[in-house]
Amino acid sequence: MTGLPEYLLGLGDDALVAAQRTAEWCAKAPQLEEEVALANLALDQLGQARAFLTYAGELEGEGRDEDALAFLRDEHEFRNVQLVELPNGDFAVTVAKTLFLAAYQNLLYTRLARAAEPRLAGIAAKAAKESAFHVSYASLWTVRLGDGTPLSHRRMRDAVEEVWPYTHELFEPWAPPEAGLDPAALRGPWLEVVGRALGEATLTRPQDGWAATGGRSGRHTEWFGLLLADMQSVHRAHVGARW
Amino acid sequence: MRGTGDAAEAENDLRRRWVVSISAFDALIAADQKIENKDWMPDGYRESLIRQIAQHAHSEIMGMQPEAAWISRAPSLARKAVLIAKVQDEAGHGLYLYAVAETLGARREDLLDALHEGRQKYLSFINYPTLTWADVGALAWLTDGAAVVNQVSLCRTSYGPYGRALVRICREESFHHRQGFDLLHTLSRGTPAQRRSLQEAVDRWWQPALAMFGPPDSRSTHSASSMAWRIKRAGNDELRQRFVDLCVPQAEALGVRLPDPALRWNPERGHHDFTPPDYDELMRVVAGHGPRNRQRLAHRRRAHEEGAWVREAAAVHAAKQAAKQAAGQAGRQAAEWEAGRAAAPDDARAAARETGGPGEGWPLWEVFVRPRRGLGHAHAGSLQAPDAAVALHSARDLYTRREEGVSLWVVPSRSVTSSDPEQKEAYFAPAADKQYRHASSFPPPEGVEGL
Repeated sequence: MTGLPEYLLGLGDDALVAAQRTAEWCAKAPQLEEEVALANLALDQLGQARAFLTYAGELEGEGRDEDALAFLRDEHEFRNVQLVELPNGDFAVTVAKTLFLAAYQNLLYTRLARAAEPRLAGIAAKAAKESAFHVSYASLWTVRLGDGTPLSHRRMRDAVEEVWPYTHELFEPWAPPEAGLDPAALRGPWLEVVGRALGEATLTRPQDGWAATGGRSGRHTEWFGLLLADMQSVHRAHVGARW
Repeated sequence: MRGTGDAAEAENDLRRRWVVSISAFDALIAADQKIENKDWMPDGYRESLIRQIAQHAHSEIMGMQPEAAWISRAPSLARKAVLIAKVQDEAGHGLYLYAVAETLGARREDLLDALHEGRQKYLSFINYPTLTWADVGALAWLTDGAAVVNQVSLCRTSYGPYGRALVRICREESFHHRQGFDLLHTLSRGTPAQRRSLQEAVDRWWQPALAMFGPPDSRSTHSASSMAWRIKRAGNDELRQRFVDLCVPQAEALGVRLPDPALRWNPERGHHDFTPPDYDELMRVVAGHGPRNRQRLAHRRRAHEEGAWVREAAAVHAAKQAAKQAAGQAGRQAAEWEAGRAAAPDDARAAARETGGPGEGWPLWEVFVRPRRGLGHAHAGSLQAPDAAVALHSARDLYTRREEGVSLWVVPSRSVTSSDPEQKEAYFAPAADKQYRHASSFPPPEGVEGL
């Protein structure tokens, strides 16, 4: 059974690692307008991460704040899904990751906003608005790349197929009673949202096959250690310093 | 002979009209009025503006790199958020400025090409490395501080669209400057290692920041004409002095030493004396021979080249949609493309040219924002987008990210019909002598109220 603190860590880690990856686009985006858009995505995700991690730390009651949780945990202590760790790849891979994550987060947050636990509901209500825009943004780009040039169609198709196996983990039975929901029940509406974008993008939904798993219990991809090493390097080099 | 006479007459006529135009332009400048994009302006004024605005825009987007390199390693989540927001602003500022250049007839694509090919320059400080986290703070405190001094003065520039963009930029830039100081101030109260890194970073960034004001006025090639046209409102030397005077007490608050043994208060001048930056080094770095010129430019070119397929895909998609709409046969067209996806039909290509098209850059859109309920939409600026949906998304991110709006319009720039400045007199002067339209022309007799 997942406890609420661990669940909050999972939500926070999903958002934190997604923010970390999205922010890697800074100064590398395909167009100046997209620089601004991608930075907004990263900032929304980072804001959600901070809210969830702060709350997780308080519930845990061991004096760990958002920074202690972000910078001083080791790889196996992170509870994020593997989807968010995947390298950015080209813009199509980033769009696919964003679409799949945002569609899930939007459904999840919308339900959590009605949770009996008021603080969780409050964070989720704010985050639901943000993720609704992320779904809109990622759908828009899925369609433009999928139904653009032959090259962009191929790249968008490849991206969807590459990322698809990592989406199953989002719906694993991993939620505390306070959440008041069954993650598996989100997959139907998720397929609808994602399917709409893929359809308009002239893409087909990949077959379900091998499914990544393990992130929620601390097993991650080979890329994750590098991401953490980079993210935590300055903080860990100055133990106890304030920033 | 008749023909020659006509030609001479035509030339005289042209000259007369030019004299009228330049007199009107000079009168506007002398009266400290703004020049707007459709006004007549001398070629030299237009060229100076485009050169200066392009260099300003290039500096904003190139300046993202030294800081973006530290986003992933920012030592706290709060600082990470601030740094992302700052680098994001720089992209936004670049974008506002390219849009200003577009009002003068330059195209963003051409300006970017000029940057990528080294034909246009950007500020030299960007070619120095950011070695530690403290450099992120020192860079913001010193170079953004210098930029604020420069840009506050430029807000009064004679070119209206540039001035308006700068007002917006200055408002956002003061956050950059402050957060840099705040970052350093935290380090100044930190561990010995943090304090040491603070001093070292300030040592590294002092000279590049001073050099941001350019060569002394006596050696500046463009200063005189830019001042005469009021594109620039203060000279390089004056602004550099203002910057130094501002920095000295701030450095004291940080407990850092500014790396200049000659720096001291001069009571006679009422300013600090200081060692001017090494202008030969400045010229070398501007010419491409600084520590990071090659990498910065290569990074920028790579991002642009790697993004080409995305820009093209969106343009082609927009063209397909436009063609579908034009043909009014959505279903059949879609089926055709489905079948022969290798090439878009000719009408899609034609539409691609119309909307911007591959390699042409995305078309320009004007953005109007309703600041809050009860107010009308007001023009906020412009942006490039392949279609209306993307334009709306970008407008939201660009022009409302600081809670500036509750509703948005986006309009293709080419759909805007403007009154002709040449017809300004015919349009607007006749209203001047019809004071009887104003209630103030009819003062009520004393003691009569309610009129």
